[in-house]
Amino acid sequence: MKSKAFALFLKDFRSELRTRYAVNSLAMFIIVAISVILFSIGQEKIPQNLTGGLFWVVIFFSAMSGLARAFVSEEERGTSLTLQLIASPSTVFTGKLLFNLILVFIMNIIIALLYSALFEAFVILNFYLFLVTFILSNIGLAVSSTIIAAIISKAGSKGTLYPVLSFPILLPLILTSVQLTSACMVGTTFGESSINLAVLVCYDVIMLTASYMLFDFIWKD
Amino acid sequence: MKKFDIVWKTFLFLLLCFVSVAGIAFPIVENPVHWYQYPIIRGLEENAKIIFFHVPTAWLTVVAFLMSTIYSIKYLRKKNLDDDAKSYAAAQLGIIFCILATVTGSIWSKFAWGAYWSWDPRQTSIFALLLIYGAWFALRSSIESEEKRATLSAVYSIIAFVTVPFFIFIMPRIMIGLHPGAEDVVNGKLVQSASPVIDFKMNGNMLLVFFLSLAAFTILYFWMWNLSYKSLIYKDRIQKQITRG
Repeated sequence: MKSKAFALFLKDFRSELRTRYAVNSLAMFIIVAISVILFSIGQEKIPQNLTGGLFWVVIFFSAMSGLARAFVSEEERGTSLTLQLIASPSTVFTGKLLFNLILVFIMNIIIALLYSALFEAFVILNFYLFLVTFILSNIGLAVSSTIIAAIISKAGSKGTLYPVLSFPILLPLILTSVQLTSACMVGTTFGESSINLAVLVCYDVIMLTASYMLFDFIWKD
Repeated sequence: MKKFDIVWKTFLFLLLCFVSVAGIAFPIVENPVHWYQYPIIRGLEENAKIIFFHVPTAWLTVVAFLMSTIYSIKYLRKKNLDDDAKSYAAAQLGIIFCILATVTGSIWSKFAWGAYWSWDPRQTSIFALLLIYGAWFALRSSIESEEKRATLSAVYSIIAFVTVPFFIFIMPRIMIGLHPGAEDVVNGKLVQSASPVIDFKMNGNMLLVFFLSLAAFTILYFWMWNLSYKSLIYKDRIQKQITRG
Protein backbone atom coordinates (compact mmCIF):
# COMPACT_ATOMS: atom_id res chain seq x y z
CA MET A 1 0.00 0.00 0.00
CA LYS A 2 2.82 2.35 0.94
CA SER A 3 4.69 1.85 -2.32
CA LYS A 4 1.47 2.36 -4.29
CA ALA A 5 0.79 5.62 -2.50
CA PHE A 6 4.34 6.71 -3.17
CA ALA A 7 3.95 5.78 -6.84
CA LEU A 8 0.83 7.95 -6.98
CA PHE A 9 2.74 10.78 -5.38
CA LEU A 10 5.56 10.37 -7.93
CA LYS A 11 3.00 10.41 -10.75
CA ASP A 12 1.57 13.70 -9.50
CA PHE A 13 5.04 15.06 -8.94
CA ARG A 14 6.17 14.19 -12.48
CA SER A 15 3.08 15.59 -14.14
CA GLU A 16 3.51 18.71 -12.05
CA LEU A 17 7.12 19.04 -13.20
CA ARG A 18 5.97 18.69 -16.79
CA THR A 19 3.32 21.42 -16.71
CA ARG A 20 4.36 23.40 -13.61
CA TYR A 21 0.81 24.65 -13.42
CA ALA A 22 0.32 24.58 -9.64
CA VAL A 23 3.84 25.79 -8.85
CA ASN A 24 3.70 28.67 -11.33
CA SER A 25 0.29 29.89 -10.24
CA LEU A 26 1.22 29.54 -6.57
CA ALA A 27 4.46 31.47 -7.02
CA MET A 28 2.69 34.26 -8.87
CA PHE A 29 -0.07 34.33 -6.29
CA ILE A 30 2.42 34.69 -3.44
CA ILE A 31 4.18 37.57 -5.20
CA VAL A 32 0.88 39.28 -5.99
CA ALA A 33 -0.46 38.90 -2.46
CA ILE A 34 2.68 40.17 -0.77
CA SER A 35 3.07 43.10 -3.14
CA VAL A 36 -0.58 44.11 -2.62
CA ILE A 37 0.09 44.23 1.12
CA LEU A 38 3.32 46.19 0.57
CA PHE A 39 1.56 48.71 -1.70
CA SER A 40 -1.28 49.21 0.72
CA ILE A 41 1.13 49.79 3.59
CA GLY A 42 3.23 52.28 1.63
CA GLN A 43 5.52 54.23 3.92
CA GLU A 44 3.53 53.47 7.08
CA LYS A 45 5.07 51.66 10.02
CA ILE A 46 2.80 48.75 10.88
CA PRO A 47 2.67 47.20 14.35
CA GLN A 48 4.37 43.88 14.94
CA ASN A 49 1.17 41.97 15.75
CA LEU A 50 -0.35 42.89 12.42
CA THR A 51 2.50 41.39 10.41
CA GLY A 52 1.95 38.04 12.13
CA GLY A 53 -1.72 38.11 11.18
CA LEU A 54 -1.03 39.20 7.60
CA PHE A 55 1.49 36.38 7.28
CA TRP A 56 -1.29 33.84 7.85
CA VAL A 57 -3.65 35.72 5.53
CA VAL A 58 -1.11 35.32 2.73
CA ILE A 59 -0.65 31.64 3.55
CA PHE A 60 -4.41 30.96 3.66
CA PHE A 61 -5.19 32.57 0.32
CA SER A 62 -2.15 31.07 -1.41
CA ALA A 63 -3.21 27.64 -0.18
CA MET A 64 -6.73 28.26 -1.46
CA SER A 65 -5.44 29.21 -4.89
CA GLY A 66 -3.28 26.15 -5.48
CA LEU A 67 -4.16 23.16 -3.34
CA ALA A 68 -7.46 22.20 -4.99
CA ARG A 69 -5.49 21.05 -8.03
CA ALA A 70 -4.67 17.62 -6.60
CA PHE A 71 -8.17 16.25 -7.05
CA VAL A 72 -9.71 18.70 -9.51
CA SER A 73 -7.07 17.82 -12.13
CA GLU A 74 -8.05 14.13 -11.92
CA GLU A 75 -11.70 15.02 -12.55
CA GLU A 76 -10.81 17.39 -15.40
CA ARG A 77 -8.67 14.81 -17.16
CA GLY A 78 -11.25 12.11 -16.46
CA THR A 79 -8.67 9.88 -14.82
CA SER A 80 -10.42 9.46 -11.48
CA LEU A 81 -12.22 6.30 -12.64
CA THR A 82 -8.91 4.66 -13.54
CA LEU A 83 -7.53 5.61 -10.17
CA GLN A 84 -10.54 4.02 -8.52
CA LEU A 85 -9.78 0.78 -10.35
CA ILE A 86 -6.08 0.50 -9.55
CA ALA A 87 -5.92 1.71 -5.95
CA SER A 88 -7.89 1.66 -2.73
CA PRO A 89 -9.33 4.99 -1.50
CA SER A 90 -6.93 5.32 1.40
CA THR A 91 -3.95 4.78 -0.91
CA VAL A 92 -5.20 7.52 -3.23
CA PHE A 93 -5.68 9.84 -0.30
CA THR A 94 -2.18 9.12 1.04
CA GLY A 95 -0.65 9.88 -2.35
CA LYS A 96 -2.54 13.13 -2.77
CA LEU A 97 -1.82 14.14 0.82
CA LEU A 98 1.92 13.58 0.31
CA PHE A 99 1.86 15.76 -2.78
CA ASN A 100 -0.07 18.53 -1.03
CA LEU A 101 2.21 18.33 2.01
CA ILE A 102 5.28 18.89 -0.14
CA LEU A 103 3.52 21.72 -1.96
CA VAL A 104 2.41 23.40 1.29
CA PHE A 105 5.88 23.16 2.81
CA ILE A 106 7.62 24.60 -0.27
CA MET A 107 5.02 27.34 -0.57
CA ASN A 108 5.15 28.35 3.08
CA ILE A 109 8.93 28.31 3.31
CA ILE A 110 9.05 30.66 0.32
CA ILE A 111 6.39 32.88 1.89
CA ALA A 112 8.25 32.94 5.21
CA LEU A 113 11.56 33.83 3.57
CA LEU A 114 10.07 36.55 1.37
CA TYR A 115 8.06 37.86 4.26
CA SER A 116 10.94 38.15 6.69
CA ALA A 117 13.03 39.83 3.99
CA LEU A 118 10.38 42.38 3.04
CA PHE A 119 8.76 43.23 6.37
CA GLU A 120 11.04 44.86 8.90
CA ALA A 121 8.53 44.49 11.73
CA PHE A 122 8.34 40.71 11.24
CA VAL A 123 10.98 39.66 13.76
CA ILE A 124 10.86 36.24 15.40
CA LEU A 125 12.46 36.12 18.83
CA ASN A 126 11.75 32.49 19.70
CA PHE A 127 12.73 30.75 16.48
CA TYR A 128 12.24 27.14 17.62
CA LEU A 129 8.70 27.80 18.80
CA PHE A 130 7.97 29.36 15.42
CA LEU A 131 9.45 26.33 13.66
CA VAL A 132 7.26 23.90 15.60
CA THR A 133 4.17 26.07 15.00
CA PHE A 134 5.05 26.33 11.34
CA ILE A 135 5.44 22.56 10.88
CA LEU A 136 2.30 21.64 12.84
CA SER A 137 0.07 24.16 11.11
CA ASN A 138 1.43 23.22 7.69
CA ILE A 139 0.44 19.62 8.31
CA GLY A 140 -3.03 20.69 9.42
CA LEU A 141 -3.40 23.00 6.44
CA ALA A 142 -2.40 20.23 4.02
CA VAL A 143 -4.75 17.64 5.54
CA SER A 144 -7.81 19.91 5.67
CA SER A 145 -7.29 21.36 2.23
CA THR A 146 -6.79 17.90 0.70
CA ILE A 147 -10.07 16.52 2.05
CA ILE A 148 -11.98 19.68 1.05
CA ALA A 149 -10.37 19.47 -2.39
CA ALA A 150 -11.75 15.95 -2.70
CA ILE A 151 -15.26 17.20 -1.86
CA ILE A 152 -14.92 20.11 -4.29
CA SER A 153 -13.74 17.90 -7.14
CA LYS A 154 -16.96 15.87 -6.89
CA ALA A 155 -19.19 18.94 -6.56
CA GLY A 156 -20.19 21.07 -9.50
CA SER A 157 -18.68 24.53 -9.11
CA LYS A 158 -15.02 24.28 -8.29
CA GLY A 159 -13.26 27.61 -8.03
CA THR A 160 -15.41 29.76 -5.79
CA LEU A 161 -16.61 27.11 -3.38
CA TYR A 162 -13.15 26.02 -2.23
CA PRO A 163 -12.25 28.93 0.07
CA VAL A 164 -15.87 29.11 1.29
CA LEU A 165 -15.81 25.49 2.44
CA SER A 166 -12.26 25.56 3.75
CA PHE A 167 -12.41 28.69 5.85
CA PRO A 168 -14.65 27.44 8.69
CA ILE A 169 -12.67 24.19 8.85
CA LEU A 170 -9.33 26.02 8.92
CA LEU A 171 -10.45 28.75 11.31
CA PRO A 172 -9.33 27.03 14.57
CA LEU A 173 -5.95 26.33 12.97
CA ILE A 174 -5.48 29.87 11.70
CA LEU A 175 -6.60 31.51 14.95
CA THR A 176 -4.20 29.38 17.01
CA SER A 177 -1.34 29.90 14.55
CA VAL A 178 -1.82 33.66 14.59
CA GLN A 179 -1.73 33.60 18.39
CA LEU A 180 1.38 31.45 18.41
CA THR A 181 3.12 33.62 15.83
CA SER A 182 2.54 36.77 17.83
CA ALA A 183 3.76 34.86 20.90
CA CYS A 184 6.96 33.99 19.00
CA MET A 185 7.49 37.63 18.12
CA VAL A 186 7.29 38.62 21.77
CA GLY A 187 9.62 35.77 22.69
CA THR A 188 7.38 33.52 24.79
CA THR A 189 8.82 30.23 26.00
CA PHE A 190 7.57 26.76 25.06
CA GLY A 191 5.96 26.24 28.45
CA GLU A 192 3.74 29.30 28.24
CA SER A 193 2.31 28.39 24.85
CA SER A 194 2.02 24.66 25.43
CA ILE A 195 -1.81 24.80 25.35
CA ASN A 196 -1.78 26.39 21.90
CA LEU A 197 0.68 23.80 20.63
CA ALA A 198 -1.52 21.05 22.07
CA VAL A 199 -4.49 22.53 20.20
CA LEU A 200 -2.52 22.36 16.96
CA VAL A 201 -1.50 18.74 17.57
CA CYS A 202 -5.12 17.80 18.39
CA TYR A 203 -6.34 19.53 15.27
CA ASP A 204 -3.85 17.66 13.06
CA VAL A 205 -4.68 14.28 14.57
CA ILE A 206 -8.46 14.80 14.49
CA MET A 207 -8.51 16.06 10.92
CA LEU A 208 -6.21 13.28 9.73
CA THR A 209 -8.40 10.58 11.31
CA ALA A 210 -11.66 12.11 10.09
CA SER A 211 -10.26 12.51 6.56
CA TYR A 212 -9.15 8.90 6.29
CA MET A 213 -12.49 7.67 7.64
CA LEU A 214 -14.61 9.83 5.34
CA PHE A 215 -12.59 9.73 2.15
CA ASP A 216 -14.09 6.35 1.16
CA PHE A 217 -17.54 7.92 0.93
CA ILE A 218 -16.36 10.79 -1.23
CA TRP A 219 -14.26 8.71 -3.55
CA LYS A 220 -16.70 5.88 -4.34
CA ASP A 221 -19.45 7.12 -6.64
CA MET B 1 -53.66 10.12 19.07
CA LYS B 2 -55.45 13.22 17.74
CA LYS B 3 -56.58 14.11 21.25
CA PHE B 4 -53.04 13.85 22.59
CA ASP B 5 -51.86 16.14 19.82
CA ILE B 6 -54.27 18.85 20.88
CA VAL B 7 -53.29 18.46 24.53
CA TRP B 8 -49.56 18.89 24.04
CA LYS B 9 -49.96 21.68 21.53
CA THR B 10 -52.17 23.61 23.97
CA PHE B 11 -49.68 22.88 26.72
CA LEU B 12 -46.81 24.17 24.59
CA PHE B 13 -48.77 27.31 23.72
CA LEU B 14 -49.47 28.03 27.38
CA LEU B 15 -45.86 27.29 28.32
CA LEU B 16 -44.50 29.67 25.69
CA CYS B 17 -46.99 32.36 26.77
CA PHE B 18 -45.93 31.96 30.40
CA VAL B 19 -42.23 32.04 29.54
CA SER B 20 -42.61 35.17 27.40
CA VAL B 21 -44.60 37.01 30.06
CA ALA B 22 -42.44 35.82 32.94
CA GLY B 23 -39.22 36.51 31.08
CA ILE B 24 -40.13 40.06 30.10
CA ALA B 25 -42.45 41.32 32.81
CA PHE B 26 -41.12 39.97 36.12
CA PRO B 27 -39.10 42.66 37.89
CA ILE B 28 -35.50 42.42 38.97
CA VAL B 29 -35.07 43.59 42.56
CA GLU B 30 -32.23 43.73 45.03
CA ASN B 31 -33.68 41.41 47.66
CA PRO B 32 -36.31 39.14 46.12
CA VAL B 33 -39.19 38.35 48.50
CA HIS B 34 -42.02 37.30 46.18
CA TRP B 35 -41.84 34.30 43.90
CA TYR B 36 -42.06 36.49 40.78
CA GLN B 37 -39.03 38.62 41.57
CA TYR B 38 -35.56 37.99 40.15
CA PRO B 39 -32.34 38.75 41.99
CA ILE B 40 -29.65 41.04 40.64
CA ILE B 41 -26.79 39.16 39.00
CA ARG B 42 -23.48 40.97 39.30
CA GLY B 43 -22.43 42.39 35.95
CA LEU B 44 -25.77 41.78 34.28
CA GLU B 45 -28.35 43.86 36.22
CA GLU B 46 -31.46 44.65 34.12
CA ASN B 47 -29.86 43.10 31.03
CA ALA B 48 -30.16 39.68 32.65
CA LYS B 49 -33.58 39.00 31.15
CA ILE B 50 -32.02 38.09 27.82
CA ILE B 51 -31.09 34.74 29.40
CA PHE B 52 -34.62 33.46 28.85
CA PHE B 53 -34.54 33.98 25.09
CA HIS B 54 -30.93 34.18 23.98
CA VAL B 55 -29.65 31.05 25.69
CA PRO B 56 -32.39 28.76 24.24
CA THR B 57 -31.64 29.97 20.70
CA ALA B 58 -27.92 29.33 21.18
CA TRP B 59 -28.70 25.93 22.70
CA LEU B 60 -30.94 25.01 19.76
CA THR B 61 -28.29 26.10 17.28
CA VAL B 62 -25.99 23.49 18.76
CA VAL B 63 -28.76 20.86 19.06
CA ALA B 64 -29.75 21.35 15.42
CA PHE B 65 -26.13 21.08 14.33
CA LEU B 66 -25.69 17.90 16.37
CA MET B 67 -28.85 16.36 14.90
CA SER B 68 -27.84 17.31 11.40
CA THR B 69 -24.54 15.53 11.92
CA ILE B 70 -26.16 12.46 13.50
CA TYR B 71 -28.49 12.06 10.53
CA SER B 72 -25.55 12.63 8.19
CA ILE B 73 -23.76 9.70 9.81
CA LYS B 74 -26.95 7.67 9.58
CA TYR B 75 -27.22 8.51 5.89
CA LEU B 76 -23.65 7.41 5.21
CA ARG B 77 -24.35 4.10 6.94
CA LYS B 78 -27.73 3.24 5.42
CA LYS B 79 -27.87 5.43 2.27
CA ASN B 80 -31.49 6.28 2.97
CA LEU B 81 -32.47 9.64 1.45
CA ASP B 82 -35.01 10.25 4.23
CA ASP B 83 -32.11 10.68 6.65
CA ASP B 84 -30.69 13.33 4.35
CA ALA B 85 -34.04 15.17 4.47
CA LYS B 86 -33.97 15.00 8.27
CA SER B 87 -30.43 16.34 8.36
CA TYR B 88 -31.33 19.12 5.93
CA ALA B 89 -34.44 20.10 7.94
CA ALA B 90 -32.39 20.25 11.15
CA ALA B 91 -29.78 22.46 9.51
CA GLN B 92 -32.43 24.79 8.09
CA LEU B 93 -33.82 25.37 11.58
CA GLY B 94 -30.29 25.55 12.94
CA ILE B 95 -29.31 28.47 10.73
CA ILE B 96 -32.49 30.34 11.74
CA PHE B 97 -31.70 29.89 15.44
CA CYS B 98 -28.05 30.69 14.79
CA ILE B 99 -28.98 34.02 13.20
CA LEU B 100 -31.40 34.72 16.06
CA ALA B 101 -28.75 33.96 18.66
CA THR B 102 -26.18 36.14 16.89
CA VAL B 103 -28.58 39.08 16.51
CA THR B 104 -30.00 38.96 20.03
CA GLY B 105 -26.51 38.49 21.43
CA SER B 106 -25.03 41.43 19.57
CA ILE B 107 -27.95 43.74 20.45
CA TRP B 108 -27.49 42.77 24.07
CA SER B 109 -23.74 43.29 23.89
CA LYS B 110 -24.29 46.84 22.59
CA PHE B 111 -25.85 47.64 25.95
CA ALA B 112 -23.69 45.47 28.13
CA TRP B 113 -20.24 45.81 26.54
CA GLY B 114 -20.74 48.98 24.50
CA ALA B 115 -20.26 47.49 21.03
CA TYR B 116 -22.26 45.22 18.77
CA TRP B 117 -19.31 43.01 18.07
CA SER B 118 -16.09 42.51 20.00
CA TRP B 119 -14.70 39.05 19.03
CA ASP B 120 -15.38 37.48 22.38
CA PRO B 121 -14.66 33.71 22.20
CA ARG B 122 -18.36 32.89 22.20
CA GLN B 123 -19.05 35.46 19.51
CA THR B 124 -16.23 33.94 17.48
CA SER B 125 -17.72 30.47 17.98
CA ILE B 126 -21.21 31.46 16.90
CA PHE B 127 -19.74 33.29 13.91
CA ALA B 128 -17.86 30.13 12.95
CA LEU B 129 -21.07 28.12 13.25
CA LEU B 130 -22.82 30.63 11.00
CA LEU B 131 -19.99 30.24 8.47
CA ILE B 132 -20.22 26.45 8.63
CA TYR B 133 -23.97 26.52 8.05
CA GLY B 134 -23.51 28.99 5.18
CA ALA B 135 -20.81 26.88 3.54
CA TRP B 136 -22.94 23.75 3.98
CA PHE B 137 -25.89 25.32 2.16
CA ALA B 138 -23.58 26.66 -0.55
CA LEU B 139 -22.22 23.14 -1.07
CA ARG B 140 -25.71 21.63 -1.21
CA SER B 141 -26.96 24.14 -3.77
CA SER B 142 -24.00 23.47 -6.07
CA ILE B 143 -24.72 19.76 -6.62
CA GLU B 144 -27.46 18.49 -8.92
CA SER B 145 -27.58 14.76 -8.26
CA GLU B 146 -29.53 13.83 -5.13
CA GLU B 147 -27.33 10.97 -3.90
CA LYS B 148 -24.13 12.87 -4.54
CA ARG B 149 -25.48 15.93 -2.76
CA ALA B 150 -26.53 13.86 0.23
CA THR B 151 -23.17 12.05 0.47
CA LEU B 152 -20.94 15.08 0.02
CA SER B 153 -22.91 17.30 2.36
CA ALA B 154 -22.98 14.51 4.96
CA VAL B 155 -19.19 14.21 4.75
CA TYR B 156 -18.76 17.97 5.02
CA SER B 157 -21.06 18.25 8.00
CA ILE B 158 -19.10 15.55 9.85
CA ILE B 159 -15.78 17.25 9.09
CA ALA B 160 -17.22 20.57 10.24
CA PHE B 161 -18.59 18.94 13.35
CA VAL B 162 -15.22 17.63 14.50
CA THR B 163 -13.86 21.21 14.48
CA VAL B 164 -16.65 22.50 16.72
CA PRO B 165 -15.09 21.29 20.02
CA PHE B 166 -12.19 23.63 19.28
CA PHE B 167 -14.49 26.61 19.32
CA ILE B 168 -16.69 25.59 22.20
CA PHE B 169 -14.13 24.16 24.59
CA ILE B 170 -10.70 25.43 23.67
CA MET B 171 -11.09 28.94 22.27
CA PRO B 172 -12.64 30.45 25.43
CA ARG B 173 -9.56 29.32 27.33
CA ILE B 174 -7.15 30.88 24.89
CA MET B 175 -8.86 34.20 24.31
CA ILE B 176 -10.01 36.61 26.96
CA GLY B 177 -13.75 36.40 27.40
CA LEU B 178 -16.26 39.14 28.10
CA HIS B 179 -19.25 36.82 28.07
CA PRO B 180 -21.09 36.34 31.38
CA GLY B 181 -19.76 33.22 33.03
CA ALA B 182 -16.42 33.57 31.26
CA GLU B 183 -14.65 34.28 34.53
CA ASP B 184 -14.65 32.48 37.84
CA VAL B 185 -13.70 33.77 41.24
CA VAL B 186 -11.07 31.49 42.77
CA ASN B 187 -9.57 32.54 46.13
CA GLY B 188 -10.83 36.06 45.61
CA LYS B 189 -9.13 36.41 42.24
CA LEU B 190 -10.81 36.60 38.84
CA VAL B 191 -9.69 33.80 36.53
CA GLN B 192 -10.87 32.52 33.18
CA SER B 193 -13.47 29.82 33.64
CA ALA B 194 -12.57 26.44 32.22
CA SER B 195 -16.13 25.18 32.06
CA PRO B 196 -18.00 25.41 28.75
CA VAL B 197 -21.31 25.56 30.63
CA ILE B 198 -22.08 28.97 31.99
CA ASP B 199 -22.91 29.36 35.65
CA PHE B 200 -25.15 32.42 35.93
CA LYS B 201 -25.64 32.22 39.70
CA MET B 202 -29.42 32.44 39.40
CA ASN B 203 -31.86 31.88 42.23
CA GLY B 204 -34.58 29.19 42.30
CA ASN B 205 -37.46 30.89 40.49
CA MET B 206 -35.17 32.35 37.86
CA LEU B 207 -33.69 28.92 37.21
CA LEU B 208 -37.20 27.47 36.96
CA VAL B 209 -38.31 30.01 34.34
CA PHE B 210 -35.02 29.53 32.53
CA PHE B 211 -35.39 25.76 32.31
CA LEU B 212 -39.08 26.05 31.37
CA SER B 213 -38.06 28.39 28.55
CA LEU B 214 -35.35 25.98 27.46
CA ALA B 215 -37.84 23.08 27.47
CA ALA B 216 -40.52 25.05 25.63
CA PHE B 217 -38.16 26.16 22.88
CA THR B 218 -36.76 22.65 22.54
CA ILE B 219 -40.26 21.16 22.11
CA LEU B 220 -41.05 23.90 19.60
CA TYR B 221 -37.87 23.04 17.74
CA PHE B 222 -38.72 19.33 17.54
CA TRP B 223 -42.23 20.12 16.33
CA MET B 224 -40.91 22.44 13.60
CA TRP B 225 -38.27 19.89 12.63
CA ASN B 226 -40.88 17.15 12.39
CA LEU B 227 -43.11 19.23 10.10
CA SER B 228 -40.16 20.37 8.05
CA TYR B 229 -38.60 16.99 7.29
CA LYS B 230 -41.97 15.38 6.55
CA SER B 231 -42.81 18.10 4.04
CA LEU B 232 -39.39 17.64 2.44
CA ILE B 233 -39.96 13.89 2.07
CA TYR B 234 -43.49 14.36 0.66
CA LYS B 235 -42.25 16.99 -1.78
CA ASP B 236 -39.59 14.58 -2.96
CA ARG B 237 -42.11 11.75 -3.44
CA ILE B 238 -44.54 13.95 -5.40
CA GLN B 239 -41.72 15.15 -7.63
CA LYS B 240 -40.69 11.58 -8.33
CA GLN B 241 -44.27 10.61 -9.16
CA ILE B 242 -44.59 13.54 -11.57
CA THR B 243 -41.37 12.65 -13.37
CA ARG B 244 -42.47 9.02 -13.62
CA GLY B 245 -45.77 10.17 -15.15
